[in-house]
Amino acid sequence: MSLLEIIILLPLLAALVTWLGAPARVTALAASLLNLVLVGWAFLNYQSLHGADGAMAFRHARTVLSSPHIQFAVGADGLSFTLALLTVLVTLAAVWSLVDKERIYYTSTLLIASGALGAFLCTDIFFLYAFHELALIPTFLMIALFGHGDKKDAAWRITIYLGVGSLILLAGLLGVVWYCSPEKGKLTFDLLALKPLAADAPYAKFAAANFFVLLVGFGTLVSLFPFHSWAAPAYAAAPTPIAMMHAGVLKKFGLYGLIRIALPLLPTGANTPWVQHALLYMLLGNILVMGFVTLHQRRLDGLLANSSVMHMGYIFLGLASGNALGQNGAVLLMFAHGISVALLFMLCGRLRNQLGTLEFDKLGGLAANAPFLSLVFGVGAFASIGLPGLANFAGEILIFLSTFQNFQASEGFTLLQVTTILSLWGVVISAVYMLRAYRKIFFGQPSAGHFMSDPSLLQRVPMFLLAAVLLVVGLYPSILLNIVQVSLAATGLK
Amino acid sequence: MEPISLTGTVLLLPLASALVIMLFHSLLKNVAHLVSTGVSIVMFGCALIFLGAADQPNGLLLYEYLKVGNFTADIGFVVDQQSRGMLFIVTFIGMLVHIYSLGYMKDDDARARYFGALSLFMFSMNGIVLADNLVMMFIFWELVGISSYLLIGHWFKKPEAADAAKKAFLTNRVGDFGFMAGILILFGLTGHVSLAQLQGSMESGALNHIKDHFPWVITLAGLGLFLGAMGKSAQAPLHVWLPDAMEGPTPVSALIHAATMVAAGVYMLVRVYFIIGASHVTGDIIAWIGGITALMAALMATQQGDIKKILAYSTLSQLGYMVMAVGLGGPKEGMFHLYTHAFFKAMLFLGSGAVIYACHHEQNIWKMGGLYKKMPVTFWTFAIGTAALMGVPLMAGFWSKEGILAVAYPAHGHGNGILFAIAVLTATLTAFYMTRLVIVAFFGKARSKDADHAHEAPLVMILPLVVLAFPSVLAGYHFLAEPLQALVPSHHEGPEAKIVMGCSLVAVIVGFLTATRLYKNVDKDPVNIPLFANKFYFDEFYAGLVKYAQDRFAWLVTALERIIVDGLTVRLPAALANGLGSWMRGLQSGSLQAYTFVLGLGIVVVVYLAVFFSTKP
Repeated sequence: MSLLEIIILLPLLAALVTWLGAPARVTALAASLLNLVLVGWAFLNYQSLHGADGAMAFRHARTVLSSPHIQFAVGADGLSFTLALLTVLVTLAAVWSLVDKERIYYTSTLLIASGALGAFLCTDIFFLYAFHELALIPTFLMIALFGHGDKKDAAWRITIYLGVGSLILLAGLLGVVWYCSPEKGKLTFDLLALKPLAADAPYAKFAAANFFVLLVGFGTLVSLFPFHSWAAPAYAAAPTPIAMMHAGVLKKFGLYGLIRIALPLLPTGANTPWVQHALLYMLLGNILVMGFVTLHQRRLDGLLANSSVMHMGYIFLGLASGNALGQNGAVLLMFAHGISVALLFMLCGRLRNQLGTLEFDKLGGLAANAPFLSLVFGVGAFASIGLPGLANFAGEILIFLSTFQNFQASEGFTLLQVTTILSLWGVVISAVYMLRAYRKIFFGQPSAGHFMSDPSLLQRVPMFLLAAVLLVVGLYPSILLNIVQVSLAATGLK
Repeated sequence: MEPISLTGTVLLLPLASALVIMLFHSLLKNVAHLVSTGVSIVMFGCALIFLGAADQPNGLLLYEYLKVGNFTADIGFVVDQQSRGMLFIVTFIGMLVHIYSLGYMKDDDARARYFGALSLFMFSMNGIVLADNLVMMFIFWELVGISSYLLIGHWFKKPEAADAAKKAFLTNRVGDFGFMAGILILFGLTGHVSLAQLQGSMESGALNHIKDHFPWVITLAGLGLFLGAMGKSAQAPLHVWLPDAMEGPTPVSALIHAATMVAAGVYMLVRVYFIIGASHVTGDIIAWIGGITALMAALMATQQGDIKKILAYSTLSQLGYMVMAVGLGGPKEGMFHLYTHAFFKAMLFLGSGAVIYACHHEQNIWKMGGLYKKMPVTFWTFAIGTAALMGVPLMAGFWSKEGILAVAYPAHGHGNGILFAIAVLTATLTAFYMTRLVIVAFFGKARSKDADHAHEAPLVMILPLVVLAFPSVLAGYHFLAEPLQALVPSHHEGPEAKIVMGCSLVAVIVGFLTATRLYKNVDKDPVNIPLFANKFYFDEFYAGLVKYAQDRFAWLVTALERIIVDGLTVRLPAALANGLGSWMRGLQSGSLQAYTFVLGLGIVVVVYLAVFFSTKP
């Protein structure tokens, strides 16, 4: 077995073993720690071997079907490794933060991890898609069975939305396989064998339509406006590790798919004006409409859930800019957002467990008795509103700069640039709701009857881990950016 | 020391101090203040050596923060007269405030957190001063914002402090919106963010085509950057956060909200003057906003009763002066006033801190009185600071204020009669409200028990006051200003200079005499102007705007989002949902083990297919 196969199958195996009765916490922790070491080691190795060319490495393939050509093929470059690293980091934190939970929590967290790793590390479109679907099943089930509040509504909503979204996506992917297979009539799902559709291909119009289908399919998975209304209820209802894994990791699959499949293979589609304009309007919906919706939230879970939808708009803006600056910013922000939102959901879960309520009007003054918690929450909250020095800012500023790269004074502001200026106002809106929430929960006089204490040293580890990642990447973004940019360039993105 | 290791030390040492204190908070409870103060002293030493460093127009590279393709944004330092002089001011006052805080915060439970945040602030402020490009400046700009947030909210249990911290950060964010937009436009025009390269493009004529045909672009970029400066330097209408920020500990008000952070806006404008100066429209708008802020804040200061609030409005007013000077084409004059003002305003705040400390946290001047006998050192230093601020001849403030009046004088290049009148009126008001403050707080009889029992503050707090008294008198003279790398404007001569000086003198005398006449031996304010006392109702206006415009709008958008988006995209598959809903209900009652078993089985099948049915390629 190849290294990447082990990385994908290790959590799957651990899930199976815990489900069969092995000591859940020990097994899950051991597996996720080992996986962090493996991914970290492979990443470092990759950097020294392919730091200059950014090529797909650690490749290994097992043919499953010869016509159409489907393989269980794995491989990774800077982009895949960045997301794999995100997955193992969040998985470790999610597993670690589980205390006194049934084994099903461990099993499902590990299953989602395995699915996400499979999706990010497979180079065959069939398996890439299948692994994502695999990770969705435990997500749906856990929300339906162990969710909070209106869990049934939330569960059917996410199931229907993502189910329909996945079907649309499947159609789009089949379209890509159809257009881009190198020999007509001989379909291949091998991502690395597919050829980008040339600009003068007779199917240019279809390519635009196909790109749009992919945008809607992948976009639904990433809660692109107006296909977003599953996300906030689902995250608010989801058990904490599920919210961490889905909002932090699995959701990034849609963006990964756009960068890995849609943009390089259908460049003409992506550059079609009506597609670009549609994307800009949709992402403005994420940033402005969802920004105001977030502003209206009165509970912490609703606020985090909606703000997570809002922030997807910035990543889409990076993709919409159509240049290297924006795409690199988008990847950096995917990573940063995943870490910060996982941290915030983890802390939110802790507040819910200890206080029994997440309503702002009933909370207050927690910083007095829980200084560590308020510090770490502050790191997550300020990271998510783009405070420099923390990871999210580095991604955001690259994205903003990218949209002005082709500014021509003689043409005035294009729609892309107007969108950016409006999105900058979204940064102000984010600060308003986050600081309001922080003020209400942590500052002021402690409210009666709601006592919160700092976690034990051992329970601080996962919080510290995620906060430290935000700080390190924020101070030195090149740690990821160097390798991501050569890989994106090697993918053939412009 | 090599320049790069010198600047690196100045930047990284306070960061290390902040991180260490925050990480090992409980371990370092009893030494954190010493670590932070020690670091501040070392930084001041570095700044002194730095005064002799050679110019580095192209910057010293610490590391590449962002690099994608041809684009880079560095963490790099520019060494020139501005950065050397500003670094001196920041580290000098920073060091004194650290020492003063050793006394002022002695009994605070969260002293370690306070000193940690102070170190974070020093790190951020040094970053702004040394930044050689706009992205780096923006990074540290926002970091200054977060340090100020932490320090204003130091006593976070007090609702007023918590609200003030939030207000400060958010108002600054509004400014930063403009700052970022300005950066984007400049990047779009030139492809650079480095100050040296931007200046090169502006001056080499590469942008002449745009200057001639699309001047609005450059105007817009300048105004964007200015919006950022308006946030930090609290210019109207973004001034509302600064008076509230007085909820923070008084040493913080002296360092951050009088001498350094609020001056950062002016410093930034001077740094990007080549953009502002390129457009008349930008300059005019800046000058008017500065002038209006100066006058309005001075009017508000005349009716305040809280000693720190009076000083805060006075700071607003003086910042307005500096901004006006930059807008009128006098960056040197603006910078010079920044430099003298930093010393005496820091001293006034620290003096007010000593008074507040002595009166057991009483801040209302109407409950003080007769303090001059009980606190002689504080009184005399406060009097020197007041004289400097009023612009009494031969004091530091006199020279720099006269420079600004000269720039505003109509005969000067961009001078403007109305702005000149505003500046003179502001000078009169300044003399008026400062005289009022001194008479009411220090003279007459004690109007409360606390004031009656007041006594001089301890030595660590008195010492910085005495040290600051010297530059408050002498900073305006060339023999001191030039070695400290202050930008001393050339002295104006001729008949206008005489008129300017005459106006300045008349202003001081009129303000002083009116206040003496009105406030001698009174127990309550004989003047009552609600409009000034209530700060022109700005806060009420913004509260209404937030409540009725922003929050109602958010409610409306939420409702529409639910009805339209949800309705359209959820009702559509409603039929599907009904079927699935019953399936879900079945799920609820079903056995968990069975479902996970099915799930597990599915996965095993996938793995089996993948691994065992595969053939090696």
